[in-house]
Amino acid sequence: MKKRSFAQRIAGAPYILWAALFIVIPMAIVVYYAFTDANGQFSFDNIKQLADYKETFLISFEYSFIATVITLIISYPFAYLMSKKSAASQRIMMMLVMLPMWMNLLIRTYSWMNILERNGIINNFLEQFGIEPLKMIGTPGAVIFGMIYNYIPYMIIPIYNVMSKIDKSLLESAEDLGSNGLSKLRRVILPLSMPGVISGFTMVFVPSVSTFYISQKLGGGKVMLIGDAIERQMQTSYNYNLGASLSLVLMIVILISMIVVNRFAGDDDLLI
Amino acid sequence: MEKNTIIELKNITVEFDGEKVLDDMSLSIRDGEFVTFLGSSGCGKTTTLRLIAGFLEPDSGEVFFDGKNMRGVPPYKREVNTIFQRYALFPHYNVYENIAYGLRVRKVPEAQIKEQVTEMLRLVNLQGFEKRNVTKLSGGQQQRVAIARALVLKPKILLLDEPLAALDLKLRKDMQNELKNIQKQTGITFIFVTHDQEEALSMSDTVVVMNEGKIQQIGSPIDIYNEPENAFVADFIGESNILDGIMKSDYNACFAGRCFPCLDKGFEPGEEVDIVVRPEDVDIVKADQGMLRGTVTSVTFLGVHFEIIVDIGGFKWMIQTTDEHKEGEVVGLVIEPDAIHVMKKSKYSGQFGDYSSYSDEIDTLNVIEEEEN
Repeated sequence: MKKRSFAQRIAGAPYILWAALFIVIPMAIVVYYAFTDANGQFSFDNIKQLADYKETFLISFEYSFIATVITLIISYPFAYLMSKKSAASQRIMMMLVMLPMWMNLLIRTYSWMNILERNGIINNFLEQFGIEPLKMIGTPGAVIFGMIYNYIPYMIIPIYNVMSKIDKSLLESAEDLGSNGLSKLRRVILPLSMPGVISGFTMVFVPSVSTFYISQKLGGGKVMLIGDAIERQMQTSYNYNLGASLSLVLMIVILISMIVVNRFAGDDDLLI
Repeated sequence: MEKNTIIELKNITVEFDGEKVLDDMSLSIRDGEFVTFLGSSGCGKTTTLRLIAGFLEPDSGEVFFDGKNMRGVPPYKREVNTIFQRYALFPHYNVYENIAYGLRVRKVPEAQIKEQVTEMLRLVNLQGFEKRNVTKLSGGQQQRVAIARALVLKPKILLLDEPLAALDLKLRKDMQNELKNIQKQTGITFIFVTHDQEEALSMSDTVVVMNEGKIQQIGSPIDIYNEPENAFVADFIGESNILDGIMKSDYNACFAGRCFPCLDKGFEPGEEVDIVVRPEDVDIVKADQGMLRGTVTSVTFLGVHFEIIVDIGGFKWMIQTTDEHKEGEVVGLVIEPDAIHVMKKSKYSGQFGDYSSYSDEIDTLNVIEEEEN
């Protein structure tokens, strides 16, 4: 192997320091808390208690999975169309996608609360026409909607990036060899855009599954996700040990599901 | 055997942003021919190829394939396949799947696919490469996969868009022979695009010389070289000395201050013409034995021969000879009747064929180098 210069060796130092301080050490602390009791004694109690949260885990994964799949279904054709537009239109469309991200997630979610409420904007509007108010807030639908709304740019952008880099001559080549539009999509565009789909999937699924704010505000306290459970242990019950074990299991489950997604896509260059 | 016209282009005009890329172009290509479009970049040769492939529709004019008008027929319905300049192999498929692509689209049974792909791999000499990743292949190997991928569909016409441009010289020569052999074996019409005149001359049955969206000349490589139709073709194909001249009568052409016997006829007596003399057709003799006399102003050794610039009354001739001459030497030139080719005046007259700029360029370069030193 080539010898690295001093500059090359120290170039990575800031990040390594950062990673150690803010990623590795906190993880170790999480593991420590997960396997100790309130007195700092080694214990499996927290892990045993996790059985009570089986439902919460399942619901979290179910909702996030639904949200991610719907996000993908909306984003994929959009990203495809966007990549085919003129450079100027692409810039405008990209800005429209990014625009909501200029606002804080909490503010965006809070405003949806006002829109979806019993006396919110939509119901007020419907009332004008004598339509019974709809129950939107506090339903799983509202939570899933919140996830889709907040995280959709994270799906569109990676897919669009990959698609816009697909060599045009590959598409012409597919047509030349007999592919019509659909066959071109299935045999060339879809497989070549898979890396974008996977990173989009990850970037939507992971924050969705661990969210607590969206479920709190749009779930109206009736929908409890795993993020809420962790937050409650940490903030309300001051049970750091149980909170830590919940976090640990969440991380491990996310890790496993991402490995599964990558294997399923058959692309071993990407890990998470 | 009577060969039928397979492709016919009729009065094709294509404009990009108001600029005519093809200008009222008409052409017919016979079945089984190896045809080359030759021209520098921007001459419209690739555009012509894309018209035939169906990636582009002409603004006016029609493309006929086997007598059928192709307007509105998408690429995937044409019996034409293309070898793209950068091969455009599918990076997510291996060699086998790349070649099988078109067959899979056509829903050919698996056993037949296997048989045909194997046969193609044999044709392009890539047996045993089935499972290889196409992105890890060398340029020449990628080229072969691209050829196999197109030929497996048994197209009536294979379009090749500068397919050898990315290869190094030696590989390019090998692939030229190989392409020529494949064309002979399969009998498929090849339409080849290149800017390399040597490639065009060595491979083709017919060469179509293009410039500024217009066909300058169509003919066999030998005709194109020996009987260029205008100064552009004469200059573009090989090296040429092109002089202003006058046809005094049939078989008598006057240029460079005297009249020469030649083999051309059919011009008006006294008609102004362009005279082409190829550098290798001029013999250098002793000063007092020549038809013309001039001074050697530059000598370049090129291995096989010398390239000599001779100044005759201010016009600089390029002459290729295997004998060595010295700069400043006064020499005589002999031009045989069959070395003289007479062309009608065209809009390209006077633009090409004088090597005074050639030696000037060298002088300027020397000056710049000296200044830098």
